[in-house]
Amino acid sequence: MSVATPRSDSSTTGASADPVVEALKQHFGDQAIREQDTLTGLPVLWVAREALTDVIGFLRNMPQPFEMLFDLSALDERLRGQRHGLPDADFTVFYHLLSVSRNRDVMLKVALAEGDLALPSIVSLYPNANWYEREVWDMFGIDFRGHPHLARILMPPTWHGHPLRKDYPARATEFDPYTLTVEGQDKEQQALQFDPEAWGMRRGNDDTEFMFLNLGPNHPSAHGAFRIVLQLDGEEIVDCVPDIGYHHRGAEKMAERQSWHSFIPYTDRIDYTGGVMNNLPYILAAEKLAGIQVTSRAETIRVMMAELFRINSHLLFLGTYLQDLGAMTPVFFTFTDRQKAYEVIEAITGFRMHPAWYRIGGVAHDLPNGWDRLMQGFLDWMPKRLREYERVMMENAIVIERTRHIAAFNTKEALAWGVTGPNLRATGCDFDLRKQRPYSGYENFDFEIPLGANGDAFDRGQLRIDEMRQSLRIIQQCVDNMPAGDYKADHPLTTPPPRDKMLQHIETLITHFLQVSWGPVLKPNESLQMIEATKGINSYYLTSDGNTMSYRTRIRTPSFPHLQQIPMLMRGGFVPDLIAHLGSIDFVMADVDR
Amino acid sequence: MNWLTPQVVAAIVAMLQAVVILLAAVLLGAVMTVVERRLLGLWQDRYGPNRVGPFGTLQLVADMIKIFFKEDWIPPFADRTLFVLAPGIAMASLLLSFMIIPITPTWGVSDMNVGLLFFFAMAGINVYAVLFGGWASGNKYALIGAMRASAQTLSYEVFMGLALMGVVATTGSFNMRDIVDAQQGMWFIIPQFFGFCTFVIAGIAVTHRHPFDQPEAEQELADGYHVEYSSMKFGMFFIGEYVGMVLISALLVTLFFGGWHGPWLPPFVWFALKTGIFLVLFILLRASLPRPRYDRVMSFGWKICLPLTLINLLVTGAVILLAGPA
Repeated sequence: MSVATPRSDSSTTGASADPVVEALKQHFGDQAIREQDTLTGLPVLWVAREALTDVIGFLRNMPQPFEMLFDLSALDERLRGQRHGLPDADFTVFYHLLSVSRNRDVMLKVALAEGDLALPSIVSLYPNANWYEREVWDMFGIDFRGHPHLARILMPPTWHGHPLRKDYPARATEFDPYTLTVEGQDKEQQALQFDPEAWGMRRGNDDTEFMFLNLGPNHPSAHGAFRIVLQLDGEEIVDCVPDIGYHHRGAEKMAERQSWHSFIPYTDRIDYTGGVMNNLPYILAAEKLAGIQVTSRAETIRVMMAELFRINSHLLFLGTYLQDLGAMTPVFFTFTDRQKAYEVIEAITGFRMHPAWYRIGGVAHDLPNGWDRLMQGFLDWMPKRLREYERVMMENAIVIERTRHIAAFNTKEALAWGVTGPNLRATGCDFDLRKQRPYSGYENFDFEIPLGANGDAFDRGQLRIDEMRQSLRIIQQCVDNMPAGDYKADHPLTTPPPRDKMLQHIETLITHFLQVSWGPVLKPNESLQMIEATKGINSYYLTSDGNTMSYRTRIRTPSFPHLQQIPMLMRGGFVPDLIAHLGSIDFVMADVDR
Repeated sequence: MNWLTPQVVAAIVAMLQAVVILLAAVLLGAVMTVVERRLLGLWQDRYGPNRVGPFGTLQLVADMIKIFFKEDWIPPFADRTLFVLAPGIAMASLLLSFMIIPITPTWGVSDMNVGLLFFFAMAGINVYAVLFGGWASGNKYALIGAMRASAQTLSYEVFMGLALMGVVATTGSFNMRDIVDAQQGMWFIIPQFFGFCTFVIAGIAVTHRHPFDQPEAEQELADGYHVEYSSMKFGMFFIGEYVGMVLISALLVTLFFGGWHGPWLPPFVWFALKTGIFLVLFILLRASLPRPRYDRVMSFGWKICLPLTLINLLVTGAVILLAGPA
């Protein structure tokens, strides 16, 4: 690789040395596996469509298998100019598999021609492929043979066209003005009516008629515009069908029309409780493409703010989780704490929920004078509050009775459904990217990864309280040992370039002008960065075609598979259990629909 | 003025008393809505409604104006008769129960020999309000709420009656004034402690207050049985709940805390003070507890409370038999 990858990538090596690639080549022959050199930090292998199921099956069942389908999406290649040495393709579907036991990934790519957009479904190998394949069908119009219910998932059922195709317009001005007639409205509403037969459900059995209860998209406990249709026998849930897409804003499509720099604020709004945490994977992936090595001060500032937002997000989780269990008071207390955090965030970034504060090559500005005193105030405030929440709520008999052994799943099930983050660690699986694949300097910090044992709704709640303590520990180390130096890297692609230099040198002024008006131009390549976000693993997979904007930005969010798992857990549960589980997942719909 | 016989005067005074008590009960119920919000605010580190009038005292007026002028909507899919009837029952059944409460030695609407039984009857009728409301709304959430309400009220009314039988057995009367007078020496809270515990629980359950607000469980059923109600019909359910709260508090005072009895202060002040403490307790419970699962509420009632009341009744009976003349 010509461009140095950031050192954070030490754990995932390039394709050539990978034993998995060797094993695949041995089994399927050298011709069947074609490697692509990328900056993703994982082996990217092209396989033929006919061999796909066998290759995935091989990886799924090998010793130390790839337990998780991490991501699955596609790419419209038809307008891509810089494809040197890649197989001919109009569309590419990629499968990102993850092995927790090996702590390694592999990405498989399949080339498809426009006239024959079909692939075999892999739902039988990875159950969470179900929604991902539906998303690819919805967005690209690629058919998956053998899929149990290949219907639109993000767009309304009445939608025409496949939005992520390159020939699908991105801007409202390219469409006719929107109108909705009475007939059109009736048609739309008709289309939203739930049809149990379409999902293979029965309306009743021999002695009972089931009730189909439409929970959401407006419901106090749905945590946003989320709809789940329950098939009820009394209050017992026989089956349920989650319905998403009500919060879909087309963030991935927008990324193809925004400069590398101006897309940053959109990332803030993916997991809207995560603030600058969302910037991190995008920025890190873009820096890999640009070949920027940021200063250790910038890295430490990023870690500090990301961890502060983790606490902020977990506090929101804790308040709403307990509120879903019927306790009305804790949410007001956690919001008091969040206000304290926001005071620090506001002083440092100048903004509250969505600071969009990280920049390609650093952060927006340096820490203000006295930031450490403010932060220390927050660090001193939190521990006794966390203890109080534990004492008053997590040790409360009703809370325990509502959450113990409710919606419990084990590590194997979690991996099969693509569950990551605290929800995975609640099952006892020690997989935290901050430890397993440190990025942005996490290897320099001293902290622990709290683990659960039962994987139930209680563990998911308690674990997040423990995680907040560890985040406080990390922030304390940032406060005590903040490195000196620049907050932006001295690199031509740092955007915007450091201002003090811009005022001195004509060259920097020109670069500044170009980068602010057009945006930086990143070399053609592909890069990927995963981070341990507030709710699980969040990753950005960027494809650059050597332009001022991304050719394709794939945003893998943790909440999407977490919601997909709900029916498997809730069958046989009661309505209040579903509410407790929804509270314990910690999802926001923006993070699901993007 | 020869028609102004003492009987007529007594009748007029009794009627005026009844009207005053009725108005006071409704007004207190309404005021409680604001008091609850202010108290919750206090405990939750926030203000609550504090803008209308000094310290938010006129919030009630603003709320009333708002709720009276809201659109009174009956869903087209609702059963009109039952839909309109339900809030009326909710309000009336609880208000009527105030009849039996002796407030001071001279104040009180009716001095019935079947006092307590009348309350049980009214509490039983109160279930129909929720049941009709939930059924007539034609809404699935309302239906589940109504189903929960009827199951919960049925199970809790069983031992609510039994919880008070100890008091009745000790006094030897269902008459509320007799019960109060029997507590001159010692309040029934001491000999009838388990009766008190179970009656508090049953009382909260009957008024659908948190943590027994299963029929409306906001987080689960999005307000349950009254989800389709608006304007004053909702208002009647809403005020009815607070009237129920006042009623249960007043009953607790009468049955277990000596009613108006107490040193130094006038009887009415004692009665009001004691009732106020229980009202605050109701609100404190709501502020502090999570909501148990619906089926656990049922099993708690049948498996713990019911046996407890039965044992309490047995012990009370044994004590009376042993202590009494053979």
